[in-house]
Amino acid sequence: MDAGLLAQHVMNGLMLGMMYSLVAVGFTLFFGVLDVIKFSHGDVLMVGAFAALAAYTALAGQALSPWLMLLAILAAAVVAMGLLGMAIAQAFVLPLRTAPALNTLLITLMLGTALREAVRLFYPQGANPKPFPALLPKASIDMGQFNLRADNAIMFAAGILSIVALQLFLKHTKLGLAIRAVAQDEETARTMGINFTMVVLITFGIGSALAAFAGVMNGLYYNEINFGMGLLLGVIGFSAAIVGGLGSIYGAILGGFLFAALQTIGAVAVPFASAYKDVFAFGVVILIMTIKPTGLIREKISERV
Amino acid sequence: MAREQGKRASILPGAAVLAVVTAYVIAILGADKQNTILILFGAGAAVVVLAGLFGLLKPIGRSFAAHETAFNWLAILAMLLIAGVFREEHFVLLLLVTLMLYAVAALGLTIQFGYAGVVNFAGASFFGIGAYTSAVLTVHTALPHLAIIFLGGVTAALAGAILLPPILRTSGHYAAVVTIAFALLFRSFIEVNDVLGGPQGLHLPGMQVFGWSFNDNITVGRWDISFYMSYFLLSLALLIFAFGLVQRLERSWIGLNFDALRLDETAASCFGIGVARWKAVAFLLGNMLIGFAGAVSGMVAGFVAPSNYTFADSLILVSILLLGGIGNAWGAIVATAFVVIVPEKLQTIQEYRFLLYAVMVILVLLFQPEGLLPRPVRRYFQS
Repeated sequence: MDAGLLAQHVMNGLMLGMMYSLVAVGFTLFFGVLDVIKFSHGDVLMVGAFAALAAYTALAGQALSPWLMLLAILAAAVVAMGLLGMAIAQAFVLPLRTAPALNTLLITLMLGTALREAVRLFYPQGANPKPFPALLPKASIDMGQFNLRADNAIMFAAGILSIVALQLFLKHTKLGLAIRAVAQDEETARTMGINFTMVVLITFGIGSALAAFAGVMNGLYYNEINFGMGLLLGVIGFSAAIVGGLGSIYGAILGGFLFAALQTIGAVAVPFASAYKDVFAFGVVILIMTIKPTGLIREKISERV
Repeated sequence: MAREQGKRASILPGAAVLAVVTAYVIAILGADKQNTILILFGAGAAVVVLAGLFGLLKPIGRSFAAHETAFNWLAILAMLLIAGVFREEHFVLLLLVTLMLYAVAALGLTIQFGYAGVVNFAGASFFGIGAYTSAVLTVHTALPHLAIIFLGGVTAALAGAILLPPILRTSGHYAAVVTIAFALLFRSFIEVNDVLGGPQGLHLPGMQVFGWSFNDNITVGRWDISFYMSYFLLSLALLIFAFGLVQRLERSWIGLNFDALRLDETAASCFGIGVARWKAVAFLLGNMLIGFAGAVSGMVAGFVAPSNYTFADSLILVSILLLGGIGNAWGAIVATAFVVIVPEKLQTIQEYRFLLYAVMVILVLLFQPEGLLPRPVRRYFQS
């Protein structure tokens, strides 16, 4: 295989990894503050993408430049999903704090189903895949078989930027400190005067906003969104978070890229079986859980085995 | 002894309720105007709520509990009666068959989820494995069809065995993800696999047992009976088998082991219960029951296709369990009846059923986490 084709695959893998990482970071954030798995995360991502599409449809009449339009629909999706994430935490996750962990899992699974079904049934023609507008510049630099597309480069840079921003926020602001404090020891954090509920809500808001960002990115990358896309991304994102070790942001990012790498290698190594791409991906999820259920970067206290 | 006898609840309230419920189910199944059905459903819900308000449910429950064996037989009789009334109606009998097969699958999940606490979000996949096994074997081999049904269950259990290592090594959320991943993997696998028919699925011929073809209508004297009656009897037999198994399992020392490891794994292993072994037993046994049901369902429907065994269907099975009360075998059957019959009879909500169940389960989890019919406290002695 020549270098150009290889570079193309690497680029695809990186894009995929960026999306997985954004989802995985959300899972890790939620698990950090509340020790819960929010299974509706992938579907929040999907709703985010549809919110962006709805904003686009609403603004299509105005003659906005593509950049302004992109910014507007991104803002709409991020804000809407941030609020949705907070609402989910307040209404469904926090009330079940004292219940068995399985109940939280079930309620968020069902919530994800409800979101998915709601989009399928109530979004105009929501059952069909929807074309997503291509708002990024289409220019590309050709290098042999490899062409570096501007839109991919921009998306990748934006993804990195958002993760760096999150990291800076967590490390250098008072609110970020509060979130880390709650993640480390909820009770002590409470006694230090941290408003626990508020921290949880904000964390869920941030995580869901990241999911919306990943959703828009997904739409721009594939130029198509559908109501079922969240399930797959959610499961893969969750697996990536586990592989990296839940609770660690770097671990989640590592897991996301590792997963994308495996998937890309799988597609390259057995090209005739590209139809089995998803089978391979989920097979890898199961395999990783078998071999290393605690993740690559260990949590400080691991209770799951 | 005499005093014990005196305290024993009378059989009458339970029998009366069973008779009313049977008549009600016949009325619902027989009604075909949407308005009539709506009124019937409304009336049924109102009666249950009122009975609850006036405290009538307790004596009825006691009556059921005191005469369990009698009511098991009466329930079978009631099912036969319902089938007898609708002996000529293909659609109603098919609905009843679907109901019973789903109930068998829900009972399989009850062993896993309700007793041993092993999560399984791939119920529909194991159902599908049973169905695909029966499809492949009836088309490509000359095995007797009853043996094929048995093999359907065995294959589902074997497929479950592949998942055992990750499930035994993980717990809670993590085991859940393993089964979710398996559900998605199975669906996408049968969709792209050409040997298994891809998205179109496979067709299979009708069932034959000892030279008796299940797809012929039956004439007994001057009665014409729908060919689904054969499948009905087969499914009923399967349901009785599954229910008897689950009930006996719960009462036995195995059930005690299951309960112990569900409630506290560490404590259970301290008392010498092999956690991994019993988890494996529960998981495989449950999948086998689900596989049996799936194999029969494939033969009843005459075709199998990927779209019948999706993750959403698995979630419906889990919803059945939650609505009925996790671990309550009767609850699972009642909830199955609700989940299967309501959308079939109320065409308007057919399209919205996944959403409806999801919302119902969310409400149950928020306000009545034990389910609508919570599992009763274990009875150590037959009263």
